[in-house]
Amino acid sequence: MSQTAVQVPPTPSPPTPPSTLSGRSLPRWAPLGFAAAAIALGCGLGAVAGWHSKTQWGLLSALFFVLISYTVTSTVENKRQAKDRLATSVVWVCFILAVVPLFSLIWVTVSRGLKVLDGYFLTHSMAGVPGFETGGGVYHAIIGTLEQVGLATVISVPIGLLTAIYLVEYGRGALAKAVTFFVDVMTGIPSIVAGLFLLSIMLMFELSPSGLMGALALAILMIPVVVRSTEEMLKLVPNELREASLALGVPKWRTILKVVIPTALGGITTGVMLAVARIAGETAPIMLLVFGSQLINANPFEGAQSSLPFYIWEQYRVGSEASYDRAWAAALVLIAFVMLLNLVARGIARWKAPKTGR
Amino acid sequence: MASTTPTDLPPAPPARPGKSASTGRAGDKIFLGLSRGSGILLLVIMASIAGFLAYRSVIAISQDEGNFLTTFDWNPAGDPPVFGIAVLLFGTVVSSLVAMVIAVPIAVGIALFISHYAPRRLAAPLAYVVDLLAAVPSIIYGIWGALFLVPYLEGLNLWLDEFFAWTYIFDKTEVGVARSLFTVGVLLAIMILPIVTSVSREVFLQVPRMNEEAALALGATRWEVIRMSVLPFGRSGVISASMLGLGRALGETMAVATVLSPSFVISLHLLDPGGGTFAQNIAAKFDEANELGRDALIASGLVLFILTLLVNGAARLIIARRKEYSGANA
Amino acid sequence: MAKRIDVSGLTAYYGAHKAIEDISMTVEPRSVTAFIGPSGCGKSTFLRTLNRMHEVTPGGRVEGKVLLDDEDLYGSDVDPVGVRRTVGMVFQRPNPFPTMSIFDNVAAGLRLNGSYKKNQLTDIVEKSLRSANLWNEVKDRLNKPGSGLSGGQQQRLCIARAIAVEPEVLLMDEPCSALDPISTLAIEDLISELKERFTIVIVTHNMQQAARVSDRTAFFNLAAVGQPGRLVEIDETERIFANPSVQATEDYISGRFG
Repeated sequence: MSQTAVQVPPTPSPPTPPSTLSGRSLPRWAPLGFAAAAIALGCGLGAVAGWHSKTQWGLLSALFFVLISYTVTSTVENKRQAKDRLATSVVWVCFILAVVPLFSLIWVTVSRGLKVLDGYFLTHSMAGVPGFETGGGVYHAIIGTLEQVGLATVISVPIGLLTAIYLVEYGRGALAKAVTFFVDVMTGIPSIVAGLFLLSIMLMFELSPSGLMGALALAILMIPVVVRSTEEMLKLVPNELREASLALGVPKWRTILKVVIPTALGGITTGVMLAVARIAGETAPIMLLVFGSQLINANPFEGAQSSLPFYIWEQYRVGSEASYDRAWAAALVLIAFVMLLNLVARGIARWKAPKTGR
Repeated sequence: MASTTPTDLPPAPPARPGKSASTGRAGDKIFLGLSRGSGILLLVIMASIAGFLAYRSVIAISQDEGNFLTTFDWNPAGDPPVFGIAVLLFGTVVSSLVAMVIAVPIAVGIALFISHYAPRRLAAPLAYVVDLLAAVPSIIYGIWGALFLVPYLEGLNLWLDEFFAWTYIFDKTEVGVARSLFTVGVLLAIMILPIVTSVSREVFLQVPRMNEEAALALGATRWEVIRMSVLPFGRSGVISASMLGLGRALGETMAVATVLSPSFVISLHLLDPGGGTFAQNIAAKFDEANELGRDALIASGLVLFILTLLVNGAARLIIARRKEYSGANA
Repeated sequence: MAKRIDVSGLTAYYGAHKAIEDISMTVEPRSVTAFIGPSGCGKSTFLRTLNRMHEVTPGGRVEGKVLLDDEDLYGSDVDPVGVRRTVGMVFQRPNPFPTMSIFDNVAAGLRLNGSYKKNQLTDIVEKSLRSANLWNEVKDRLNKPGSGLSGGQQQRLCIARAIAVEPEVLLMDEPCSALDPISTLAIEDLISELKERFTIVIVTHNMQQAARVSDRTAFFNLAAVGQPGRLVEIDETERIFANPSVQATEDYISGRFG
């Protein structure tokens, strides 16, 4: 490590302007201080004015926080720093504003749901239980949900997979473009519209409500989700893999079945499970097409059934303390089911990710 | 056209034993047929959705003694049957707009928080939680909104009325619980927050690192970096995310049906209880509807369908344009 | 305008990984200093510590001192935003703001740092574009997006953007590696003109380029794979290329390794 002697500067530098590097700055804990002051002010004012709603206290504190950080920074530091600080505090406030209701939702569901959720609740139906009385359970609804969602999955997965394969492996030209476009459009169909569509078919052919009709509506909601996620996964499979297989003389369809699909299987499974989680919570089509029942009906092809989301709606509508308890308990079961699907799906995605990402 | 077999692959070498080559080709044909058939089936489904809804709607509208677009009433069982979507259209659009006005800025804030502000250890779990919340079924948002949010919003409603009554829309003219379009809008905002956030976050994370460094190297503060390179890059993404959220809000059924106390009036006093939306009206009126009543509801569903199609179509257009644009700069 | 940089005992990390270790050197004002060395030896990392861009990378942190004339860039009361305003940077790939016009790109830094009148802004933009030898090519389309230019033009646009705020020092991180030979030549000519006004530090993989444009050259190397990068020697460019005092430098320059 050799260093030669410092050279003589070629020309004397012009007088240097005053340093711009350093300036007055607030300590690092300043935002915490602002937050504490703002909360104290917000709650103090709220208490003095006698507002009973804590929502207002919180909103007022948030407002104070943004104002205090801006004014203090603009007096101590400068306008640009103050704007930067303003943006930072607004972003933090947004985050907190959003997190509070979302966590409250989870908290309320769990705490109120645990009240009546027990083995009896999970294994009994509502047969013979008047809505305003305690007792009864959710068994028939769980059966209904599992069957309807299962049927919808059986219908939509093959269609969704094949459509995605068509789009990625074969699709060129006008048909592929049209399919791509309408998959997008289908993603945006409100669930109640899918329900109305099958309702109009039911009216036309004088069919009666059954789990199958609900499952068909759910399938309409599920297909585009499956297509989209499968498409993404198939696109991630490197072309070299396909070419390697084709170069061995393997026909294209076997290449797809034996090389492409297995490579993308983890991601496809994740997509399907997320789609299942989405449709498991749909209420509107069930309401229109399955009609709801208090009894256990294990046959999805005939007669009315219930389902978890529909059960929640039904119990909510009864409007008694006992039925609210049941609604929350069913909500907890449903949330647990959906979250479990999500967690497992994401677990698979993470577990499979390094392999497909190669 | 798609009818030709793909040409990007070399044909199987002719030297292969004839038998297996021909099964390969037959297999290819069957497989292509199946997968193309699924694609076509999808188009058929879409077409029949439009077709069936339109057919039932025509039946309903032809028996409607009122004007379907302007009548402020929903009484298909009456004599003569009278029903119109004016109130529903108004309520749907207004509640969704309230939701957008609240949700989009907050969602952009959270997306920025996750992509640019949160400590790195916090960012990944946060993104995960937001994605999980997008999966919470709407009926659960609905009962939470009705049994929990409504009482909590009463104070806010009174307060808005007290200080902002001069804006007209926040003038509360009727006493009563907060089962208003405004409350519905707040609940819808909470519901679409996760989806708008996660799409925006994706876009913000895609901003090329070098664009941000360009701003940093000019001596920009973090906010200035975001204003100069992140927001311009992400603008169209945020717009399309908002449109997707809007699409959801327009078609949301259960959350509105649980929270709103419906009435067939149009009022811009957003805090007053009352109003209605397409999906809520279907959920509320379906049980006691007769045959014409059902067709009438289907007709209102068709309008909702068209409305969401327009919104989603616009979102897709914006995304497509963005693709071209970002491709040019890649 | 141009200031001297004095680095002493500088070590930079990415998380737990030490990228460069104990580097000390002096960069003379109004001269071009080139950093050469094999890939991964920490030249770019070192360059990015000179305007505190290194700490923008997740996990990036720095120990040691960087004096700009007599002020430590890493002093406790120093604002990194001010440092980057004073020490400009040009990147490996041209990165004009894609949503801004050519004019707005050049004016971007000025607009951050204060309010200018429209005609002042126009003057500075023109002057900067002239200094970057780009004025004649773009004067008729200042309102067109900067991303419509060729790669070499975009890079000169980025140089114009960097010099518009009149920095003391201009850092260039392999500014020609994404360009064709003709654009490279244009940038090299530009560098020799700009050194009349700025202190320039350039990282390059191309030894001919280092020999052509620089007054002094610093050679960086890794002690071994997985070890942090070090400064092997810094000297007059002529001496480095003709008669370096360390054997490793000669080996690298004559192509015996690296």
